Amino acid sequence: MKKTVNQKAWFLVLPVLLLVGFSAVIPLMTVVNYSVQDTFGNNQFFAVGLEWFEEILHSERIHDALGRQVLFTSIILLIEIPLGIFIALHMPKKGFWASACLILVALPLLVPWNVVGTIWQIFGRTDIGLLGHTLASFGIDYNYTQNVLDAWITIIIMDVWHWTSLVVLLCYAGLQSIPSAYYQAAKIDQASNWNVFRYIQLPKMMGVLLIATLLRFMDSFMIYTEPMVVTGGGPGNATTFLSIDLVKMAIGQFDLGPAAAFSLIYFLVILLVSWAFFTIMTNIDKEEK
Amino acid sequence: MSLELKDISMRVDGQTHIYNTNLILKKGTMNVLLGRTLSGKTTLMRIMAGLDVPTTGKIFWEGKDVTGMRVQDRKIAMVYQQFINYPSMSVYDNIATPLRIMKKDESFIDQEVKKTAKLMRLENMLDRKPSELSGGQQQRCALARSLVKGSGLVLLDEPLANLDYKLREELREEIPKMFEESGAIFVYATTEPEEALLLGGNVATLWEGKISQFDETAKVYHTPNNAITAKVFSNPSMNFLDIRKEGEYIYYGNNEKAPISNVLEKLEDGKYLAGFRPNHLELNKHAGNAIEFSTHLDVTEITGSETFLHMHHDDDNWIGLVHGVHDLEYNSNLSVYLDTRHIFIFARDGALIETASYVQER
Amino acid sequence: MAKITLSNLAHSYIENPKAKEDYVLKPLNHEWDDGAAYALLGPSGCGKSTLLNIISGILTPSQGSILFNDVDVTFADTTNRNIAQVFQFPVVYDTMTVRQNLAFPLKNRGAKEEYIKQRVGSIARAIQVEDILDKKASGLTADAKQKISLGRGMVREDVNAILFDEPLTVIDPHMKWELRTQLKALHKELKHTMIFVTHDQTEALTFADKVVVMNQGHVLQIGTPEELFSKPAHTFVGYFIGSPGMNVFESKVNGNIADLQGTEIKLNKTYKTLNGKVELGIRPEFIELCEEGEGINVEIMRVEDVAHHKIVRAKYNNKKINIIVPEDIKITPSMNSIKLKPEGINVYVDDWLVQGELL
Repeated sequence: MKKTVNQKAWFLVLPVLLLVGFSAVIPLMTVVNYSVQDTFGNNQFFAVGLEWFEEILHSERIHDALGRQVLFTSIILLIEIPLGIFIALHMPKKGFWASACLILVALPLLVPWNVVGTIWQIFGRTDIGLLGHTLASFGIDYNYTQNVLDAWITIIIMDVWHWTSLVVLLCYAGLQSIPSAYYQAAKIDQASNWNVFRYIQLPKMMGVLLIATLLRFMDSFMIYTEPMVVTGGGPGNATTFLSIDLVKMAIGQFDLGPAAAFSLIYFLVILLVSWAFFTIMTNIDKEEK
Repeated sequence: MSLELKDISMRVDGQTHIYNTNLILKKGTMNVLLGRTLSGKTTLMRIMAGLDVPTTGKIFWEGKDVTGMRVQDRKIAMVYQQFINYPSMSVYDNIATPLRIMKKDESFIDQEVKKTAKLMRLENMLDRKPSELSGGQQQRCALARSLVKGSGLVLLDEPLANLDYKLREELREEIPKMFEESGAIFVYATTEPEEALLLGGNVATLWEGKISQFDETAKVYHTPNNAITAKVFSNPSMNFLDIRKEGEYIYYGNNEKAPISNVLEKLEDGKYLAGFRPNHLELNKHAGNAIEFSTHLDVTEITGSETFLHMHHDDDNWIGLVHGVHDLEYNSNLSVYLDTRHIFIFARDGALIETASYVQER
Repeated sequence: MAKITLSNLAHSYIENPKAKEDYVLKPLNHEWDDGAAYALLGPSGCGKSTLLNIISGILTPSQGSILFNDVDVTFADTTNRNIAQVFQFPVVYDTMTVRQNLAFPLKNRGAKEEYIKQRVGSIARAIQVEDILDKKASGLTADAKQKISLGRGMVREDVNAILFDEPLTVIDPHMKWELRTQLKALHKELKHTMIFVTHDQTEALTFADKVVVMNQGHVLQIGTPEELFSKPAHTFVGYFIGSPGMNVFESKVNGNIADLQGTEIKLNKTYKTLNGKVELGIRPEFIELCEEGEGINVEIMRVEDVAHHKIVRAKYNNKKINIIVPEDIKITPSMNSIKLKPEGINVYVDDWLVQGELL
């Protein structure tokens, strides 16, 4: 719809522009500034061009962190998306239990992220944690601070517990919008439950699923708080994902140059993937028209 | 008081939705925009309302240029297909809202609301909410709200399309009454030729973004100025036949010929497009100079007092409408007759050459 | 193909219905012929969609039973009733091609490839979608999608009945003609039992062999379009069918003379003594406009030119009366009287038609 042009609207945007400029754009510019400079200390900087970028792109440590991150994100997506769809399909649609289920499902999303980490950190301890103690009493050797596999399993299960609900809620909303006539037609066509899922529910949930996948990708690729609280990146650097590594570099070692360059590359990777998703989504929309 | 559209056109994303249009609507007239879905009726209405800015051209209201003016500043009323009312307000408040926005005083508002409600037969439902009303009543509430403003321009975009057949008939009788009461310019968009005929006034036939004819309704119906207008303004559609006139005969179909009479006599030799309405095809030869067509009958449809005949003549699909109930056999040969008084002649590109002679005799 | 029997069928959406008003469908007893085309016609809320849903199995009736070919299916699931349904909006499997859509019901039953190919081919030919068989269903127009919905229903040879729930609602007006005639031709060819729900009388009358006129849960009349037109069994049927509907006037009837609010009218039938509210019904098509003095005087309000005839809106004793005048008759200002054709006059007592004896 083409609206009549009214220039006064720009004034409404001004406060937001100022705010965003102050809190986001200027700090970002600072980071860009750091990424092309080096220092000998004493706040003295000199330009080094793209040297930091080259170093980061070739750094083995970064490659390892990237590898761990990609592995983590893939596992997360592979578990959470199908699990989310499955739960959404089986949630009641009407009546008292529909509301009750929705509330139960939404609860994990309401917990602050560092509290999530703390919950699971205590939960997994073999001395006072419910999970840890129970497993120990069965004789299972479980220690997430020392065993790499145990650490990974704990963090993955924690993330699944925390975030699958998002996928569930989005898919549930998508399912609700399917008119009942489709299910009736499927009954008349004597379609099996699997066929109903494959040909009616899944296609109609496609848009919503893409949003869910994009959101989960972005959040898991940037994950920091929860693994930091539970394992601190350990044992060793077994669970040091990209953002944990970045923080270590920037604040722990105070290597501002490489850290800044790393941040920018990190930002660009996420931007690229999100853009790819967006293009796919809008193309699917266009196809349907 | 008049609305003038000058050189208006609308292009969106490279596609032209409205081609160069000039239109003048006078005060106190009912104007019907008739056309199929996606022919441009709604786009044209939105331009008249000020909801969309045309790509080119200007709009004048009472002589003043209002092209860039916001909708809120223009004094118009619009009614949509979907019964649009404020869901949380009662019918009384719904109708009163435009007057309250204009800051009229309550006693005046009360008087006007009751008067309009009575006209739309809603006086017993003033305290109900829209969700408690039937479809027809909701639409009447929307119509009342549009009337009460006393605007100079009232736009109705297929307002009866979502109603039951019978309700549509009833409301259609009330709209001319509404119109007479208000004295405003009414613009009514519809896809049904019958509605255009029943509402009277003027009609503009739209086809693919162009207005093919704009004039008094009866004139446009009986003397369409081209084949497109004739096609749009008839339901079922007008039937067409390619003919060639040579000397004393016209030739058509598979080497069939018929002697000329009536308008056919006025033609020069050449190729033309003959058009005739479904209700002028007959099963018996009444007129001496009626042309006989041998057609293949596909299917008949009986409506109780009339019969629709669906047939084809060579490659053309024709529809005939005859009185009475005729249960004819499907997939059989059928002879139909056409009195030459009822033939319209168009050029092959659609322009009107001769109006059928029966029109002159009306 | 099946004969459908409704036995004392009624339905209420309330748990324990007590009064008549609680029933959305009042008790029905009807038998519908095998292979016939029926239309359920009535205004919104008359119960036609409820009845259709009971036939298809989506609703279980609160009372009575429904039988297909004398087999009680009242509690059978939709899947087991072997019916096909076309909805108000097109229901197609978007991710499949047209061919796959049509093949779907047969595939679900495990039919052989050869058989599926043959059935899909013949149905595609019947509904004229052969040229789009390999296109994806999602990109097609609304009427093409409705045809596919229909095709999916017909592809099974043993389908008991095809049900249509206001299927032309989303179709463009000029495509409605084409779709309707295709449906009619299909019915002639394949002879399935078809039940078509609509509120549009043109759709109902042109499509069906028999029309079931409903209002407020009652079935008022089942008849051919001509019967509904010339002999409406109830004043509502007279009002609902015909555009404009039947004119109804309060009257007194004695033998073969009717007293229409002061004017005497000779009827072509004779009636016994009538008790109750007596009314005369006459359709606008059976009223003739004539010169002043030759008939009953009326006050002409408006003349509407609807192209193939004219509608004259008049008032008799301050009551609205509609008259249809054929196209070729010129109306002059002096023509303000009417003659009522006796064969078009029906007598109603308490809204129901009373048969008289022909003179």
